[in-house]
Amino acid sequence: MTPSNQQYNQFKDQLLAAFRANEERLNGESKAPLHQLRRSALQQFERLGFPTIKHEEWKYSNVNSLIRQAFDIDGASSISEADMDDLQIPNLEGNILYFVNGQYKPELSRLVSPADHVQITSFADALKAEPELIDKHFARYADYQDNAFTALNTALANDGVVVRVPNGKTVEQPIILRFITDAREKNIASQPRNLIIVGRNAEVTVAESYRTLGDRSSFSNAVTEIVVEQDARAQYYKVQNESDAAYHIGTTQVYQADNSHFYSATVTLNGNFVRNNLNIVLNGQHCEAFMYGLYMPNGRQHVDNHTLVDHAMPNSYSNELYKGILDDSGTGVFNGKIFVRPDAQKTNAYQSCKNVVLSPNASMNTKPQLEIFADDVKCSHGTTTGKLDEEALFYMRSRGIPKDEAKTLLMYAFAEDVLSQIKIGPIREYLEGVVQQKLAM
Amino acid sequence: MLSISNLQASIGDKQILKGINLQINAGEVHAIMGPNGSGKSTLASVLAGREDYEITEGTVLFEGEDLLDMAPEDRAAAGIFLAFQYPVEIPGVSTTNFLKTALNEIRKHRGQDPLDAVQFLKLMKEKMKLVNIDQSLLSRSLNEGFSGGEKKRNEVFQMAMLEPKLAILDETDSGLDIDALRIVAEGVNKLRSPERATIVVTHYQRLLDYIIPDFVHVLYKGRIVKSGPKELALELEEKGYDWIRAEAEAA
Ligand SMILES: Nc1ncnc2c1ncn2[C@@H]1O[C@H](COP(=O)(O)OP(=O)(O)OP(=O)(O)O)[C@@H](O)[C@H]1O
Ligand SMILES: [Mg+2]
Repeated sequence: MTPSNQQYNQFKDQLLAAFRANEERLNGESKAPLHQLRRSALQQFERLGFPTIKHEEWKYSNVNSLIRQAFDIDGASSISEADMDDLQIPNLEGNILYFVNGQYKPELSRLVSPADHVQITSFADALKAEPELIDKHFARYADYQDNAFTALNTALANDGVVVRVPNGKTVEQPIILRFITDAREKNIASQPRNLIIVGRNAEVTVAESYRTLGDRSSFSNAVTEIVVEQDARAQYYKVQNESDAAYHIGTTQVYQADNSHFYSATVTLNGNFVRNNLNIVLNGQHCEAFMYGLYMPNGRQHVDNHTLVDHAMPNSYSNELYKGILDDSGTGVFNGKIFVRPDAQKTNAYQSCKNVVLSPNASMNTKPQLEIFADDVKCSHGTTTGKLDEEALFYMRSRGIPKDEAKTLLMYAFAEDVLSQIKIGPIREYLEGVVQQKLAM
Repeated sequence: MLSISNLQASIGDKQILKGINLQINAGEVHAIMGPNGSGKSTLASVLAGREDYEITEGTVLFEGEDLLDMAPEDRAAAGIFLAFQYPVEIPGVSTTNFLKTALNEIRKHRGQDPLDAVQFLKLMKEKMKLVNIDQSLLSRSLNEGFSGGEKKRNEVFQMAMLEPKLAILDETDSGLDIDALRIVAEGVNKLRSPERATIVVTHYQRLLDYIIPDFVHVLYKGRIVKSGPKELALELEEKGYDWIRAEAEAA
C-alpha cells in the first residue's frame, strides 16, 4: 500500500473509530432499531469508501485533497457571541438557529414562531426525546446504500434540526439554520443532519446557510431530508459562503406527495470544494418542483451541483434553472437527471443550465441526463456555456460605462435571475451584496 | 470637431476602410450614403471604439485629441454617441438603470456630480416627451423583445439623454414607420446646435427631408468617392449607385 493510500485510510479509520466509541457509550441502546440502522449505514460507508474519480458520479469532483487531511470531529468550539458579529445577516428576522461545528447552540439561537404552528427541535434532542419520530423518518428518504457521504452522515450525525409543521399551518416567519464552522484553530469536520416535515396543506420556508470562521480546513457533510405532504408548500434555500479552505458535501432529499409544491434555490458564492446533491422524488400527482441554482467559483474554487428529479407519478411539473459564472481557475459541474417513470404520464419537466466562463483557465462540465419511460410527456433541457457577451459589453461601453462596471452589470443581471427567486428579503439582499462584491473583484 | 484622415481599417485579412478622409465642424450635419457592405457601419463602429477592427493607417482627431487611442467609454465621455444599426439586447438590465449608470459615469468623467434619483427622473420625463417613448418600455430589460422600431426609438431616447457633441446615427431610420421617422428626426433636430454635429448614415433620402444635411458623402468600397450638398441625396435616390460605381471604377 502506498503512503498516500494509508493517509486516506487514516481519515476513514478515524471516522469508523468514532462510531465504535460512540457505540460503547450507548451500552444497552445499541440494540435499538435506530442504532441498527446507523450501524448498517456505517458498514455501507466502510464498504463503499470515499469515492474516486473513477466513480461515474464523482468524475469531475476529486475528494483526494479532502480525505488526505486530518480533522477534528468532536464539535468543540470556544465561539462567543462577539465572534458572530462578522457573520450577521443584516435585518434578518425569523427563527434563527445556530449550529457551531455541527452542534446546536440554543444560547445563540432564537425561536419566534408559536409552538402550535411549528415544532423546532434540535436533532440531538429529538434523538433522545422522540425516537419514534426519528425512526419513522430518519434515513427513509436519503439513500445511504450507494452514497458514501450520506452513509457516513447517517452513521455519525448527532445534531441538526427537526422541523415539523402540523397539518394546515402556515409558518409566517422563516426558519434559518446557520451552520458555522469555527476553523480558527483546528481543521474541523461536522455532519449536520436535518429533517423537515411539512404536514398536509401546511407551509414553511427554510434556509440553510453555511459560513466558516478562520482559515483552517473545514468539512461539512450535510444531509437534509424534507417531506412535503399532500397540498403542502415548502420554500427551501441553501446558501453557501464559506472560506477558501472549506469543503462542503451535502445532500438534500425531498419527498413530495399529491398536490405539493416545493420551491428551492441553491446559491454557492464561496468555498473551496462544494458538492450539492438535490434529489426530488415527485411521488404524487399535480406536484410542482422548482429548482434554481447559482454558483460563482473563482480562484481555485470548485462547485458541483447534481440534481435529480424523479417523476414517479402522472401529471406533475418540474422546472429547473441553474446558472454559473466561472472566473480565474474556477471549475464547475452540473449534472441534472430527470427520470420519468412509466406511470408518470402527462409529466412536464424542464431543465436549463447557463454558464458564463470569464477566464480561459476556468471550466464548466455540464451533463443533462433525461431518462423518460412514459410517452405522453413534455420534457426539455438545454445547457449553454459561453463567454461574456462582447456585443453587449461594447454597447454599454459606447454609452460611457467603463469596461469593468459594464461587466459587473451584465453578470449581476445574469445572477439576479436566480437571486430574485429568494423570498426572504434580508437573505436575498445579503447575497446580492456578496455577488456585487465578488463581481467587482 | 472631427477630423479623419486616411483612415484604414481591417478585420482579419480583409481591409474594409481604405483611406477615409472627412472633416466635420461643429454645427454641421453630414449624411453618409452608399451601397450595402461599403463600410458605413464599420466607419461608425471604428469611431465609437469597437475593438474588433484593426486600424492599419490614418488618424482621427476629435476636438484635437487622438480618438483612436481612447477606450469606448472615454469616447462616450468625450461626447461621442453611436446609435447602433442593430441595438443589442441586454437581459436583466432596464433601460432606466442602464442610462442612469451611463449618464452618471459620463458626469463623473467630466467632474460633475451624479444626478440623484429625482433629478434623473425629471430629465427622463422631459426626454421621453421629446421622442414620444413609453415609460413601460424603459422599465423593461434593455431592448429585450423590443420591436425594430422600438429599439431605434430607444437609441434616439438615449441620445437625447446623453446629449452628445457628435452623434452618429447608423440607419436609425430603417424599420421606422412615418410617424416614428418624424419623431426621430425631430429628436435629432432639437439637439442641433452650433456646438454639436451629427453623422447620419442612411439609405433613404426621405430621412434627409426631415434632417437636412449640410453635406452628403457616398461611401463605396471603403472610400468616400463623392461628396456634395444635400441635392446629391436626391440624385442618388433618382439614379441609384451605378453611375457612382462607374465613376469610381474609372478613377
Ligand atoms: N466582423 C466582421 N467580419 C468579417 N467581415 C466583416 C465584419 N464586419 C464587417 N465586415 C464586412 O465589411 C464590409 C462592410 O460592412 P459594413 O457593415 O460596414 O457595411 P455597411 O456599409 O454598413 O452596409 P449596410 O448598408 O448593409 O449596413 C462588409 O463586406 C462586411 O461583410
Ligand atoms: Mg451598416
